[in-house]
Amino acid sequence: MSDTTTAALQPTASRKAPLLDRLPVTSHIRQSVGLQRTMLLIGVSLTGLFLLAAVFAPLLAPYGYAQISDAAGTFPAQAAPGGKHPWGTTVGGYDVLSRVLWGSQTAATVIVVSVAMSIFVGVALGLLSGYFGGWLDRILVVIADAIYAFPSLLLAIVMSIVISQGQSSFWGGILACSISITVVFVPQYFRVIRAETIRLKAEPFVESAMVVGASSWRIMGRHIFKNATRTLPLIFTLNSSEAILTLAGLGFLGFGIEPTSAAEWGFDLNKALADTTSGIWWTGVFPGVAIVLSVLGLTLVGESMNDLNDPRLRGRRRAGSKRTGGKAEKAGKP
Amino acid sequence: MATLIEAETPDVLGPAAPKRGGGGVGRYILVRFLLIFPTIFILVTLVFFLMRITGDPITAALGGRLPQDQLDARIHEAGYDRPILVQYFEYLGQIATGNFGTTLSDRRPVVEMLATFGTATLELAINSLVVALLIGIPLGMIAAHRRDRTPDALLRFFAILCYATPVFFAGLLLKLTFSVALGWLPVSGRASTNTELAMSQLAAPSGIYWLDALRSGNYQALGDIAAHSVLPAVALGLLTAGVFLRLVRTNLIGTLGKDYVEAGRSRGVSEFRLVTKHAYKPALIPIITVMGLQIALMLGGAVLTETTFEWKGLGFQLAQYLTARDFVAVQGIVMLLAVIVAVTNFVVDIVAAIIDPRVRY
Repeated sequence: MSDTTTAALQPTASRKAPLLDRLPVTSHIRQSVGLQRTMLLIGVSLTGLFLLAAVFAPLLAPYGYAQISDAAGTFPAQAAPGGKHPWGTTVGGYDVLSRVLWGSQTAATVIVVSVAMSIFVGVALGLLSGYFGGWLDRILVVIADAIYAFPSLLLAIVMSIVISQGQSSFWGGILACSISITVVFVPQYFRVIRAETIRLKAEPFVESAMVVGASSWRIMGRHIFKNATRTLPLIFTLNSSEAILTLAGLGFLGFGIEPTSAAEWGFDLNKALADTTSGIWWTGVFPGVAIVLSVLGLTLVGESMNDLNDPRLRGRRRAGSKRTGGKAEKAGKP
Repeated sequence: MATLIEAETPDVLGPAAPKRGGGGVGRYILVRFLLIFPTIFILVTLVFFLMRITGDPITAALGGRLPQDQLDARIHEAGYDRPILVQYFEYLGQIATGNFGTTLSDRRPVVEMLATFGTATLELAINSLVVALLIGIPLGMIAAHRRDRTPDALLRFFAILCYATPVFFAGLLLKLTFSVALGWLPVSGRASTNTELAMSQLAAPSGIYWLDALRSGNYQALGDIAAHSVLPAVALGLLTAGVFLRLVRTNLIGTLGKDYVEAGRSRGVSEFRLVTKHAYKPALIPIITVMGLQIALMLGGAVLTETTFEWKGLGFQLAQYLTARDFVAVQGIVMLLAVIVAVTNFVVDIVAAIIDPRVRY
């Protein structure tokens, strides 16, 4: 670990703080006050709920995501909530509660895979582009701009058509969706990391590393990368919510994962659309609410982090408050 | 969400133009105008090669329905068996001369298809933009004025909720409430069958139904069209309204803290006037910029909204053509969308540059 390089840039106070306080979310909770803290805590709880459902779906769900019968016989189609099926069943005879729970697992897997791939590709390209500059930089910038300007969902659809030819397995579908979402996200990471790299390239510690004779790769990998990534937790959180929405959008349009290989909220909503005219609400409302709550949770966390990182937006403690926060009064960025 | 982060750093990825002070508006407009073309070119190229990785359009559209020898004959006839680069340059040449080809699945000229469905999407976009502005701007003003108090908290939560609700779920809830439970509004479509018929019989239709109904003085049709427009416009409008709300709030908070607003207040200007006039106008520039970026979001949302409400526009058609693997039609639609996005961004940058001279590089 090159703690020496990072520490050189940060105030000494943060070096002494225990690890728990330096982690992205926990440190933000400590910084926050009042309304901002409420929003952050709601966000953290909803996100926690989503992750718990995702991890423990096999234990929590009463039935499998593609199960349409049990020992007592075939499940009824479009059964109202109650009895054996607390949230009812769909037109295909799936148990809605089970599909919503399993759906959180699908969503979480897609988030992890797609964001990991985007960070990897986006950060690498951003570092290269920002550090070396020149024609490579110009070409990458123009391409990233073009992709960024285009409606992201449409891009994801085109990608998923290309990738998912007859992909019906769980991992095949997950990968196809994740790659489609990755293509949308890479320009965002690229932009942020490139801008940071250009800024950091002019810093004295990078110049001194050059003078000492460190190779370009070492400077990029150690000195710049370690310092350029401070905005990543924020983008990560915001992108996770966008990933859920894109996945649901793909599923809703029928370009997502097959219902027999995984439960997916968007797909279920598509099927629920036809039910609305006959007044059947439970097939659509439950998966829909699941999407809204997961996205809401992640967005609240991301938003609060964004506000807390920005001193102009950070909430101020009232003058008479007992706990006088050290950080809240500082004008500049930490 | 990303658009908000983006809005704060507009010139991070600006064109690699020299950072000289001078240059003037004319030069800036020219440079910015020339940048439209690489954007369109890259997207068209990207989509062309992406779609061709999956194979030739004829096999994709008709594979399995025709015997192999007939398939081969048609592929040869259309020239899809030539090297991909030859086809690519031929395609570029065709685009340059305005020849976009004929769709494979329903054999319509692409230009005609774009004109028919494009106007439907335009109508939806205008409707929802109106909804978004009507909801977003006043609520944003209230939130900024009552900063950090209960109304602000509720409104910010509302804005995030708008973002977190996918358009198709909002549409589903609206349908369940207003069409099924209350029975006030129609479930789907742009108009009822009679109105559609009346609209198609007009002499020179603009394709935008309410405009056509107004021009022909058919007020019964106008009512029908309005009833059909409400739910889709609200579903798509709410998504954007949340963004506008936050944007107006953040920028107003910035300008409300300025000295000249304080000076106005000391002169006895009413709080209402301070918020809606003095502080609001300078806050408009970033709003206009992001409004342009919202066009892309809206076009994406339009695909979902149109599918939810069976609104026969570009998005609805795009989903159909994609399912039918009609690559010629898909390329045509993507091309049009790329042009719209590129031109909007151009216009937005120019407007921003004219309002604020500091924007130019």
